[in-house]
Amino acid sequence: MPIASTIVLNARAFERTVARMAHEIVERADGTDTLVLVGIQRRGVQLADRLAAVIDAREKVTVPRGALDITLYRDDLQTVGPRPIVGKTELPLEIDGTTLCIVDDVLYTGRTIRAALDELADFGRPARIMLAVLIDRGGRELPIHADVVGRLIDVPKGGHVDVAVSELDGKDEVTLVGGAEGE
Amino acid sequence: MRTPPGDVLLKGGRLLDPSSNLDTTGDLLVRAGRIESVGGSIGSPDGAQVIDCAGQVVAPGFIDVHCHLREPGREDVETILSGARAAAAGGFTAVCAMPNTDPVTDNQAAVGFVLKQGRSAHAARVYPIGAISIGQKGEQLAEFGEMVGAGAVAVSDDGRPVVSAQLMRTALEYARTFGIPVADHCEEPTLAAGGDMNEGFVSARLGLKGIPAEAEEIMAIRDILLSRLTGGHVHLCHMSTRGSVELIRWGKERGIRVTAEACPHHLSLTEAEVEGYNTNAKMNPPLRSLADVEAVQQAVKDGTIDVIATDHAPHHNDDKHREFGNAPNGIVGLETALAVNLTWLVKSGIITLGTLVDRMACAPARIFGLPGGTLRRGLPADITVFDPALAWTVKPNDFLTKGRNTPYAGKTLHGRVGCTLVDGRVVFQRMG
Amino acid sequence: MTAPLGKDLLGLEHLSAEQIVMILDTAEPLREISERTIKKVPTLRGATVVNLFFEASTRTRISFEFAEKRMSADTVNVAVAGSSVSKGETLVDTAKNLEAMRIDMVVIRHGSSGAARFLAERIESNVINAGDGTHEHPTQGLLDLLTLRQRFGTLAGKRVCICGDVLHSRVARSNIWGLTKLGAEVAVCGPRSLLPNAIEEFGVHVFDRIEQAIEWADALNILRLQLERMTAGYIPSLREYNRVFGVTRARLDRAPRDLLIMHPGPMNRGVEIDSEVADGPHSVILDQVTNGVAVRMAVLYLLAGNSPALAEAAKGGDR
Repeated sequence: MPIASTIVLNARAFERTVARMAHEIVERADGTDTLVLVGIQRRGVQLADRLAAVIDAREKVTVPRGALDITLYRDDLQTVGPRPIVGKTELPLEIDGTTLCIVDDVLYTGRTIRAALDELADFGRPARIMLAVLIDRGGRELPIHADVVGRLIDVPKGGHVDVAVSELDGKDEVTLVGGAEGE
Repeated sequence: MRTPPGDVLLKGGRLLDPSSNLDTTGDLLVRAGRIESVGGSIGSPDGAQVIDCAGQVVAPGFIDVHCHLREPGREDVETILSGARAAAAGGFTAVCAMPNTDPVTDNQAAVGFVLKQGRSAHAARVYPIGAISIGQKGEQLAEFGEMVGAGAVAVSDDGRPVVSAQLMRTALEYARTFGIPVADHCEEPTLAAGGDMNEGFVSARLGLKGIPAEAEEIMAIRDILLSRLTGGHVHLCHMSTRGSVELIRWGKERGIRVTAEACPHHLSLTEAEVEGYNTNAKMNPPLRSLADVEAVQQAVKDGTIDVIATDHAPHHNDDKHREFGNAPNGIVGLETALAVNLTWLVKSGIITLGTLVDRMACAPARIFGLPGGTLRRGLPADITVFDPALAWTVKPNDFLTKGRNTPYAGKTLHGRVGCTLVDGRVVFQRMG
Repeated sequence: MTAPLGKDLLGLEHLSAEQIVMILDTAEPLREISERTIKKVPTLRGATVVNLFFEASTRTRISFEFAEKRMSADTVNVAVAGSSVSKGETLVDTAKNLEAMRIDMVVIRHGSSGAARFLAERIESNVINAGDGTHEHPTQGLLDLLTLRQRFGTLAGKRVCICGDVLHSRVARSNIWGLTKLGAEVAVCGPRSLLPNAIEEFGVHVFDRIEQAIEWADALNILRLQLERMTAGYIPSLREYNRVFGVTRARLDRAPRDLLIMHPGPMNRGVEIDSEVADGPHSVILDQVTNGVAVRMAVLYLLAGNSPALAEAAKGGDR
């Protein structure tokens, strides 16, 4: 039985959504003076790059960017078994006093963001931390909330969201997979 | 005084005795502790114990010219009693006990003690071997005459080599007076020092210091040359390398009075057994390469190696159960020797059963001048009855020896002793 | 997901190339942690790691300690002054005591080859071999590989010569296994009295003169020559060793290409390596030290996720 999958954002819609998110971020940050974007490995990093590109075109400012890998801060390592691969963390800047916007592709339980907050605390003390996610699929297990959301999706039980970015996956697309009635 | 033994009729076995050119199926009757009648169909005398030997081999009792019974000194590890019983279970009707006890068996009182303990075991006979030097220190000769008078059948400093060529020469000359062999543990001490296994690729990979084959060969040829010089009888213990057997062949071709023994483990296992740092594969001389094993097997076949001896060396579990470098050398062997030899030498076709019996019974008696090793009429009934093919799995906890240190644990071997008679008495019989 | 390493890291001889690459790939991103102000991640929080050192060692122990603490593990250092008589009992009883205290991981350095395996077979905790006798020193081998990979990009086809007392060197053995598995060409160079007789069977070239090694290699891994070797008679003197085998500025100047210079430390300056070389532009010795902490963090991370049950599954080929 083929698993049902629906395209939620095609390439064009993806681009529009990212553009709108970028403007929202700048608005909430009251400008770009103290703004930094930190993408969560892996696709959050590419999204942060896209957002920075939009902001650059609009505001003529290159917003500093970082990449954060939260694997070592996960709260489920003891139960996971074979070890998840650790990606690169690069924060080539002082984050003290900044308006730091965490960027991730999908917000679900909130545990990834909790891990990211713990990790950022080891690097410094931003004046303010915001969260921008391309997809919010609900299902929070922790009191975490996104300030900027690309699209809110209701994912049926058993389903999941796939985010593809052209740098890694060859295309820009968000797909809702499975979990349809009867599955 | 024990009651005289009753009659025993061994029925229908393969009667195999190379010393009297005997190889036939038939019966063997034992009366008053001696071999009364051999071959054919024998009627059972009244009151005789009849043992059905169909499918089994009836051979002269095996004689082990090299084993360690640990008493006096390490009775926690083996006693002469437990060792003699283990020997009987292995088909041995006699063993020669090496003198590296604590204190060393280097005087007539000590020799007498071993003999007495052996007698009261009522199992395999125990012949003491006396030390070559006092305390086995390699300095001063022990009193060969007194020891032989007390029952010693040979002298050896085994456990250690006789480092001084001069001392070895003197021992060989002095031993001539008493007609006993001098048995040497061939190991050049400076080459072998600190070594834990055979030197080669395996030792290099495992990071263990190796003992090169040359450490044995250098002393073997030294002893052969000293035998030539003195006319004394040198017996080379536990030969393990291709080079050694080539040197022995050289010596024998020249009529030099050298005899040699090989152990079942050197006829079956290679240094590969040490993989994983298995301390039950650690002994001295160590397990060697496949080429060495094959050469020693061939030497057993052509008689360059005269006898197979066990070098039975029990150790306490605590002692063996440690990291490789610190574990003592030695494995037990009395209860696995026959099966190992049958599995690796006879079953594989390298030697015949007759040759095996010669190497384990007839030749040891001959070269050490011991009684036994024969099924001739009128002689004491020291007999082994064994099944040459029965498959069984080695379970160390079932051993009669106190030692559990064997590399054959869990392995399936072929051949097992059915019963053993010493002086016409059944000293071991396998149940079931 | 990363492929399981099993319960323990005892050596490189029985690891696959894939497993070795996985460890290096894991170590790479962990280097950054040592550059932070707060040099800590919470990954091994609550885990107890015992550094069981039967042989004195400062640098390896400290490196492991940093790695453990930077992963937030609780560290206990045990320095056992073992006499050769008591070593045996100590290890078996030590294993039992560790089991009873529910230690998560043990890092063991011991003077007997096979000691790490001996311990690993008797306790459920993860065991990391920090050097057993003259057998293996896997984390040193791994950090050497990582250092070379960083400089060369890949190890395939690269020529690495291990110089010195290979006979007694666990570092040499681990290096030989790791390098050959990753496709490097390996050679050794030293006096024959300090090379195992069976050295050719390891699949390495053998150079009798250091000049030949320098001519051939892309990198030299220079082993420390211990004073005991001279007193035990393997070589006549340290002075002669330096004159014949020492890696000197003059010899390196005649090299046809820029050679990387490595040394596991501690160095005998003026014996196997001259100061000019050790401190020179091609020396990556300090990188090795930095990589050492990252590699050890990676090993701790990878092993900590493996319960014995998983290790069994891995052995059975399940994945």
